[in-house]
Amino acid sequence: MALDFSQIIPALPGLADGMVLTLKLLVMAVGGGVVLGTLLALARLSDNLLLSRLAKWYVNYFRSIPLLLVISWFYLVVPMVLSWITGDLTPVGAFTSCLVAFVMFEAAYFSEIVRAGIQSISRGQINAAYALGMSYGHAMRLVILPQAFRKMMPLLLQQSIILFQDTSLVYAVGLMDFLNTARSKGDVVGLPHEFLLFAGAVYFVISFGASQWVKRLQKRFAV
Amino acid sequence: MNYHWDWGIFFKSTGVGSEIYLNWFVSGLGWTIAVALAGWAIALLLGSVLGVMRTLPGKLLPTIATTYVELFRNVPLLVQLFIWYFLVPDLLPTPLEMWFKQGISPAASAYLSVVVCLGLFTAARVCEQVRTGIQALPRGQNNAALAMGFSTAQAYRFVLLPQAFRIIIPPLTSEFLNIFKNSSVASLIGLMELLAQTKQTAEFSANIFEAFTLATLIYFVLNMSLMGFMAWVEKRVRIPGMMGGSK
Repeated sequence: MALDFSQIIPALPGLADGMVLTLKLLVMAVGGGVVLGTLLALARLSDNLLLSRLAKWYVNYFRSIPLLLVISWFYLVVPMVLSWITGDLTPVGAFTSCLVAFVMFEAAYFSEIVRAGIQSISRGQINAAYALGMSYGHAMRLVILPQAFRKMMPLLLQQSIILFQDTSLVYAVGLMDFLNTARSKGDVVGLPHEFLLFAGAVYFVISFGASQWVKRLQKRFAV
Repeated sequence: MNYHWDWGIFFKSTGVGSEIYLNWFVSGLGWTIAVALAGWAIALLLGSVLGVMRTLPGKLLPTIATTYVELFRNVPLLVQLFIWYFLVPDLLPTPLEMWFKQGISPAASAYLSVVVCLGLFTAARVCEQVRTGIQALPRGQNNAALAMGFSTAQAYRFVLLPQAFRIIIPPLTSEFLNIFKNSSVASLIGLMELLAQTKQTAEFSANIFEAFTLATLIYFVLNMSLMGFMAWVEKRVRIPGMMGGSK
């Protein structure tokens, strides 16, 4: 089998569109996932037993089912529920469904990282903040979370690299991300193998480069 | 909410043969377990070899193992699956290629691809756990073994690995659970495992919510029971005086 990579170059603009969608999904999912994950971590650590139980259940639940199942769930369910709420029957589209699925799913993983980060801050910090007259909210926002996020930055980035690779699962609902674009372009020009290998190589270069960068960052952030 | 819940759906006929929907879920679960166990066997074996290689003295073997890990960790699972299923068969010698494409059933070729894919993918992760486990042991263990006249192979077999494996049971457990969850990608190359059967049920019966709820429950229960089982294993093989051992 001789490989012919000459058709990749004319296809690059189309492939770039796929990559833009992948990165858009990634950035929005990481943003939403970190926000929801932080709220979950705070709930988990709160003195309110009900709140912390609920957060624990949420995390355990999403960590025990496959991402692909979550994506399929939301692909079918989110549009239905939204149309019940709004009464509007226009479809919300695969992108929104996937984004909701990724945010909900990744929040469970991010929340464990954030929780470990918060717990690694010494108790004296929060006591000192209280002694200065800060409320719980102020202490968290101004004293604890900034330190915790600095500490867990490498882990959050590492999880984001995993998420970057996992975005390829949107293939299941036909969203034209980078992988799906490469597959369909490869089929059109009759060179599926070359386009698949090219896609794999691009994913590898980005993930490998990013994780080497995170390793360097980890050393610099180490206290 | 105008959705009609019907939990009796699982006992209704599928209209295909004499099966009820529950049969589909049972057979799907069977495939999921068959994929995960076979993949895990490959992952554990190859991952252990690679993990040992990464801790050996010298340059060549550790470099090979490191390259393997980086390669398999930085390419998405789905891309790897497509490579094993669509590309690799075309690279095989013609008789093997014909066997893969025509000699065996489509289910068998999808099964083979996904087992090899998950096995090699998870091996990279197992390798890192094994390496961490070996490196977590005090250096004195290896030195003492060598001083007693053990060869390097004997030191690994009798001293280092038995301890390292017990230390890494918790992270290995999550890899074991991951392989069950990751096996759902097989649905994307047409293997009728649990997720594929769920989608098919949702399509045939239009009872989307019931089908997906049952699948979620099955994965959840499977996960919880495996976690419980591994906690029991961990307790059984715990080394007294180490890593939270009570005695």
